[in-house]
Formats: sequence, structure tokens, C-alpha cells
Amino acid sequence: MQMSVFALAALVKIAVVMGVVLLTVAFLTLAERKVLSWMQDRMGPMEVGPYGILQPIADGIKLFFKEDIVPAGANRFLFSLAPILSLVPALIGFAVVPYGPNYEIEVSGVRIKPFIITDVNIGILYILAFASIGAYGIILGGWASNNKYSLLGGLRAAAQVISYELNVGLAIISVLILSGSLSMVTIAEKQAGSMLNWNIIGMGHGNGIWWWFPVTQFVAFVVYVISSVAETNRLPFDLPEAESELVAGWMTEYSGMRFAFFFMSEYSNMILVSCIASVLFLGGYHAPYPGTILSGGWALAEGVFWFTVKVYAFLFLFFWLRATLPRLRYDQLMRFGWKVMLPLALGNIVVTSIVVYLLRI
Amino acid sequence: MGSLSFLYFGTVIVLTAILVVALRKPVSSVIALLVMFFHIAGLFVTLHAEFLAAVQIIVYAGAILVLYLFVVMLLNVKEDDSYQRQFRLGMGLGLLALAELAYIVSAAGLAEEPARQPAAAAAAAGNTETVGRALYTTYLFPFEVASLILLVAMIGAILMAKKGIMGESK
Repeated sequence: MQMSVFALAALVKIAVVMGVVLLTVAFLTLAERKVLSWMQDRMGPMEVGPYGILQPIADGIKLFFKEDIVPAGANRFLFSLAPILSLVPALIGFAVVPYGPNYEIEVSGVRIKPFIITDVNIGILYILAFASIGAYGIILGGWASNNKYSLLGGLRAAAQVISYELNVGLAIISVLILSGSLSMVTIAEKQAGSMLNWNIIGMGHGNGIWWWFPVTQFVAFVVYVISSVAETNRLPFDLPEAESELVAGWMTEYSGMRFAFFFMSEYSNMILVSCIASVLFLGGYHAPYPGTILSGGWALAEGVFWFTVKVYAFLFLFFWLRATLPRLRYDQLMRFGWKVMLPLALGNIVVTSIVVYLLRI
Repeated sequence: MGSLSFLYFGTVIVLTAILVVALRKPVSSVIALLVMFFHIAGLFVTLHAEFLAAVQIIVYAGAILVLYLFVVMLLNVKEDDSYQRQFRLGMGLGLLALAELAYIVSAAGLAEEPARQPAAAAAAAGNTETVGRALYTTYLFPFEVASLILLVAMIGAILMAKKGIMGESK
């Protein structure tokens, strides 16, 4: 009985999270086109529905009914496996993201946390592990297509993802030093209080009279944001795709639903890195002011609201970067990753460790 | 339940490990190796070593194997001239390892039930904390030696890749 209640609750939570994420993915495509259009003084999609609001549905139907082409000489098995290998890791990471306050309800003797699918004690490592698997989809897709452009895109993606994954990991370490835990819920709970306790400002870690001393993680935050844009292959780091030089990189030979899978994985990855950034650096579901304004059940809704606001602010930042910045050259990208971001992240870890040690004597 | 999952993970690990050396295409070998790494991580999870499971995937599947794939794709190895020539050497070494295994098992005998206490203690204190504490207290010296070896390997790789770094010209 308890087991089945537990399983049912988990399934319901998974269904809700997947539904919300996939719906967000669908409308992010529209949001991106609209935001880009407004920034470029255009209208954007206007034909389907009022102000083009139904465009994602039309796009989905179009992709679903397109002919599914496997190019001659392609490795059929790997060609089909690649889109799956890239979408599944992007969606699986949402299992450990806390969307709302750390609150428990009891249903027939089983304690259930409604705002997180599962609070694993290695939460952030779990996300990093599956994010690193996502690279296989790109590399294998590029290789299996039997196309020069695809192969070049795949190779670029492999090098880029490995380089910038390292910086993401190093930027996260200094946050882990502050919170002393790998669990996403614990990391968010450590930033409770007000905006000043968020890791981006980092007050509240000292003992006694030094409580106000800020262990700011601003450097880690900047490194994380830049590296995560590179890891999701978004402009200005979309070299694996690079329409003007590689046609569409590893996606050149893909069409129909397989292409849609790659597309969905890119947008889910954007949502996932935005969720991680808001939990690690911006206090997750905590409001910028101390406590909550509303009381009772509405306080929970307030937490979910603030989390959503932060995630959408990050997603807007992704669109903004795409509208503003031109693509980097490949050697610039590699030099920037290894010679600027890596030393910055490493230095930040050393400084944070020393400051935290001194503050806690 | 525990032995059932061990049976599954163990069988898949052995099968995919054989496939890694038996398959003709290098890319297929890499895929088999990827499946094997995932099942090893699964084995760690059944032993309540979640930290090791995550590290297994991040380090081996996420970094090392991607580099392998990178090299395999760049070199574009032909199917035939890969590993088949070292059959005799491999067979000899394999028999040696098998004999060693048989000797160890027959000398010590199989334990009735694997010790559960360390796993329980680790679960109580937190898996990550236990691993970290053991690395920096009990195993500090081997840990530092391992990092030194890695540093030497890194310097060696840079020396080999950059020919003119020591001042001599071509």
C-alpha cells in the first residue's frame, strides 16, 4: 500500500513536470522568435492564431508529418539512437530540481515532497552526469550521418562540450563549499532569508560579528552563465551548428521527428541550466525579501512564483544574447574557455575556500 | 531483490565487456563500453554508493569515453586492421589472469555474505562525506601520489605535442 502510494505520487509528479517542461519548450520557440523580432523591429510570426500564439502547434504538426529520411550510407542504428541520446539526458535532469518550498505532505503514512520529484543527496552531480551524456547524441549524430559537414559539427561539439563542462563543474564547486551539500534542496535552503543571502551576494556565512561579510560568488555566476550558454550550443557559441559555414552541423541530415528531438533537447537544456543557475546562485524558490508576504498555502505558490520568475529571466537572457552577439571564431572559443574561464574558476575556488576558512574559525 | 539486480548488472557488464573487444567497428565498441559504464554505475547505486555512481558517469562516460570517440572518429579506423593481430598475446595474458583468479578464489574461499557494515556507516554519515574523509585522512599519501603521476603525465603530453618547447629548432 505504502509502496504503491509512493510510486503513484512519483508518477504524478513526473507527469506534471514533463508536461510543464515540454509545454514550455513548445512556447519557448515562439517566445524566442517574438523576442528576436521585437529586438530587430519586426513583427515575428503573426499568421497562426491571434499574434501567432498557435505557431508552436503548427510547427509541431509540420515536423510530425514530415517524411523521415535516413541518408544513404548512414549507420541506421546510431542515426536513430543519436536524437534519443540527446533528448533523454536533457529531460532526466529535471528529476532533482526543486520548483517550490521544501514542504512535505503526508498521504496515508507516506511523506511526499510535492515540489521536487526526488531529493537525491547527490542532486547536482546527478545533473552534471546526465548533462555530460548529452554530448553523445551530438557526436554520434554527426558521425552516423555520413556527411562531412555533420562530422565537422560533431567534432566541434565534442571539443566544445568537454571544455565548457569543466568550467561549469568548477564554477559549481565554490557554491558547494558554501552550502556543504550536493543536494539541490539543501543548497536552496542555505540561501533562505533575503536577497543578501543568495550565493551571488553570499552574506551570512561568517561567525559572530563577521556575519555580514559577503563571500560573493559573482565570478562563479558569470563563469557558470557563459559556460552554460556554450554547453547548450547557443549563440554566440553555436559553432557545432554554424549555419553559414557548416549548413547546420550535426543536424544537416536530420528531418521530421528526429530533428524535432534535437530541437527539443536544445530548449530543454536551456530550461535546465536556467533552473540550476537560479537554484545555485539566486536562491531558488526564495523571494528577494525576507520570508513571504502571503501566508498558508499561498506562501508555497509565492515560492513557485519566484522560482519561475528567475528561470524565465535566464531564458530571456539566452534570447537577448542571441540577438546581440555575433558568433565567435573556433580558436577564440577554445582559447577563451581554457585560458580565461578555467583560471578564473580555479582562482575563485581558492579564494572562496580561504575566505570561508577564515570566517569559520 | 538485491541479488536479482546484481545478477542483471553483472550479466550486462560481462556481456558488454566482451562486446567491446569482440566487435569489429571501433564506434560500436565505444557504444558497448558506454553501456558497460552505465551498468557499473548502477552496481554502485545498489551498494548505496551514489557518489561513486555519479563520478563514474561524469569521469568515464562523460569525459574519457567522449575523448575515445573523438579519436576514433578523427582517425577513421578501418574495420579489419584493428585488434585482431594480438590474439595470441591476449589469449596468453587472459589465461594467466584466469589462473590467478582461480588460485585466489580457491585459496580464500567465497565469503558467505558480503560485509554490510561499511555501507551502513557510509549511508549514515553521507556517502560523499565518507569518501572525502577517507581520501584526505587514511589514503592521503596514495591520493597525492596519484595526483603527482597525473601531473607528470600532463607535462609529458605537452612536451610530446609541442616539439620546439625545449628550445631546439627543427
